[in-house]
Amino acid sequence: MINMVLLMLLLASVYAIIRLDRLLTAVLLTSLFSVLVASIFMVLDAVDVAFTEAAVGAGVSTIFFLAALAIVGRQCKPTPRRKIIAPLIVVSATGCVLLYASLDMPRFGEPLAPVHQHVAPRYLNDSAAEVGPPNIVTSVLASYRGYDTFGEVGVVFTAFIGVLMLLGAGTRRTSIEPPTPTGAPKESMRKKVVLKEVADLVIAPVLIFALYVQWHGDFGPGGGFQAGVIFASGIFLYALIYGIEPAQRLLPPRRLAYFPAIGLLLYAAVGIISMLRGGNFLNYSVLVNDPLHGQHYGILAIELGVGITVAAVMINIFFSFSERSL
Amino acid sequence: MIEQLPAIVLLLPLLAAPICSMIHNGDYAWYLAAASCWLAAAAAVGLMAQVWGGHTISYHMGGWPPPWGIELVIDELSALVVILVTVFAALVISALRESLRPKMRKHRHSLYYAAYLLCVASLIGITVTGDAFNVFVFLEISSLSTYALIARGRDRRALIASFRYLVMGTIGATFILISIGFMYMVTGTLNMADLAERLPALSDNRVVQASFAFFTVGVALKVAIFPLHLWLPNAYAYAPKATTAFLAATATKVSLYVLIRFLFDVYGLEFSFQQMRIDLLLIPLSIAGILIASLTAIFQTDAKKLLAWSSVGQLGYMVLGVALLNTAGLTAAIAHMFNHAMIKAGLFLALAAMIYRVSSSRLDDLAGIGRQMPLTMAAFTVLGLGLIGVPLTAGFVSKWYLISGALDKGWVPLAAMLIGSSLMALIYIGKIIDVAYFKPCKPEHAEVREISPTILIPCWVFALMSIYFGIDTRLTAGVAGRVAESLLGISS
Repeated sequence: MINMVLLMLLLASVYAIIRLDRLLTAVLLTSLFSVLVASIFMVLDAVDVAFTEAAVGAGVSTIFFLAALAIVGRQCKPTPRRKIIAPLIVVSATGCVLLYASLDMPRFGEPLAPVHQHVAPRYLNDSAAEVGPPNIVTSVLASYRGYDTFGEVGVVFTAFIGVLMLLGAGTRRTSIEPPTPTGAPKESMRKKVVLKEVADLVIAPVLIFALYVQWHGDFGPGGGFQAGVIFASGIFLYALIYGIEPAQRLLPPRRLAYFPAIGLLLYAAVGIISMLRGGNFLNYSVLVNDPLHGQHYGILAIELGVGITVAAVMINIFFSFSERSL
Repeated sequence: MIEQLPAIVLLLPLLAAPICSMIHNGDYAWYLAAASCWLAAAAAVGLMAQVWGGHTISYHMGGWPPPWGIELVIDELSALVVILVTVFAALVISALRESLRPKMRKHRHSLYYAAYLLCVASLIGITVTGDAFNVFVFLEISSLSTYALIARGRDRRALIASFRYLVMGTIGATFILISIGFMYMVTGTLNMADLAERLPALSDNRVVQASFAFFTVGVALKVAIFPLHLWLPNAYAYAPKATTAFLAATATKVSLYVLIRFLFDVYGLEFSFQQMRIDLLLIPLSIAGILIASLTAIFQTDAKKLLAWSSVGQLGYMVLGVALLNTAGLTAAIAHMFNHAMIKAGLFLALAAMIYRVSSSRLDDLAGIGRQMPLTMAAFTVLGLGLIGVPLTAGFVSKWYLISGALDKGWVPLAAMLIGSSLMALIYIGKIIDVAYFKPCKPEHAEVREISPTILIPCWVFALMSIYFGIDTRLTAGVAGRVAESLLGISS
């Protein structure tokens, strides 16, 4: 029942996003869309995924969209009718193939579905003895499929390099100087007493919560990705309320630009140490004498690497966007 | 040490990339980038030595056995593609430094090298992995780094070309992800060998069929199979000079490798070709691609666009070879992957050298350049002959196999068409050579001199390779033939 309601809301929000001419509203609706998707994941008991979707989809990516809008403007040109025909055909064809596939899909929630039968049982039954963390999702992401997660950190790092190449954050000679005198909207935001007070209340708990999510990821939902994003959103909030320059004084972009690489290298270093100790890349069991302890240290270290890279990349991208829009 | 080689070949560029991004001095970053590429190339040769003759290496990431963990699998085909990526990346980066020098600030160079290394690493990652989802992860790195590399092109049109590629590439990547998700839904595994075991029993399952459709379209976008090639000409034409050489040589080839891997090894020969009849789709499309792209190339007035369109046509040859589904055809496809990569990288590099001197890639501006830059233009001509498929060049070897593949099928008109399309290549390459040697030089280019050895030497290495592999075909057609037989299930 609740699934149906959420799906209906999802459809409605997607339709509205497509139809809207006003980009600002559309962006806010994408945030709503992410919240709805996160709720669906929640209902499906995929707490870690829901957490990530809420933090990334509803939080950070909305802010990036808004920052982009601040550069390009809020209105979109109306699309001529003939231009929508080809995409419409592609989308309809895709939809038809998806519907066709749905005829043979395992029933929703089917316990005998192949995904529950083949690889998953070992994760569920043996991960506590082989890897350790009570949160099995962490075991899978950080250890069994740690190489994928390494690749994902690589993806985030690549995005950072791409943004840096195109927009160039932190490469200003004197980045602490106010870039342009048109900081007017930010100034006015600083004068909003309610906003400022609420922000003061929220920022510190957000940052501390990020640390909790970082270090508690092997027991509860969370981990480096979520923690990094939450930490970054705390900084965004600070920058939005107090302006970009105090935030950059706090985290100088030139130095911050090193951290994405440091996180990735930390992750890789764990893998290389295990290679030096005679195991394969990212085999944490050989890190120390006791395999379980090794897994534990390994996971903590790589999650830290993930957190550092993700947080630093997000803040860097935010800074380079806002340097442009100011 | 030796058993860690599959991880080392990938880690060399992947770890050099973040270090590069932290080095502010572009020259030091270049030394590091070039060194890591050459070391990776050496590691790739080491891998080939290990699998030579048809062996397979499996490397368990994190020490977890597949299908629970992620496995890297190296066989002759993947070793050949890794050699292709690393050696050509190393040769191109050796030339890159010169072409960047006046354009950007020093730290920008470091970032550029970092993006380049990420692209190299991800292409290696895609090639060596034995896990379907892992393919997607590295595909993302390669896509993102490629967009960034292209967007650094000479003018604002590069941004638009990059954005178009981003939209198309994202659609392709999404389709691939849907496909992998579908496969996981009905098999419960992501390991490619494991999938291959489980999928045949499910060949009537609509989810598998849909996943096949999504996969083919998604990868076809990445390979730039006609008519999904529209992103390619502009992306290649407006990308920075030497980047084009690297991308043209490797990116589409690796996507083609993924296509071959999944069609033959994951979905299986019977499902792909006998049940889904993918060859009925690929053969007409590749023929149309060869003819239309070659024809378009003939009418280009911009040398870079001309070569880009020629790439679309040449990819058509490879896809056609795959779709012919006989030993000769598949040998041609795999050998041409290598041969064309070498030839096109060399051509784009030589062209980059000329553009570097005259600051334009329009054919009019290249008039008479053959007299000003004789060595560069000579290399270009040798490589051009290879592209046409003149005997004693690498291009001849792959075309020979392709034509015999067509004749094995008894398709004489197709063989004739292939010879006809080589004549079209003769026309468009001839156009550049004609302009360069026989047109009077523009007065403003009278001062143009030969390019420095840092670009010239890689150009000539490519040119000499094109001749060497036209004579000694053990690495190209030899490996390709063995791989083709094993893919087709013929035991030699």
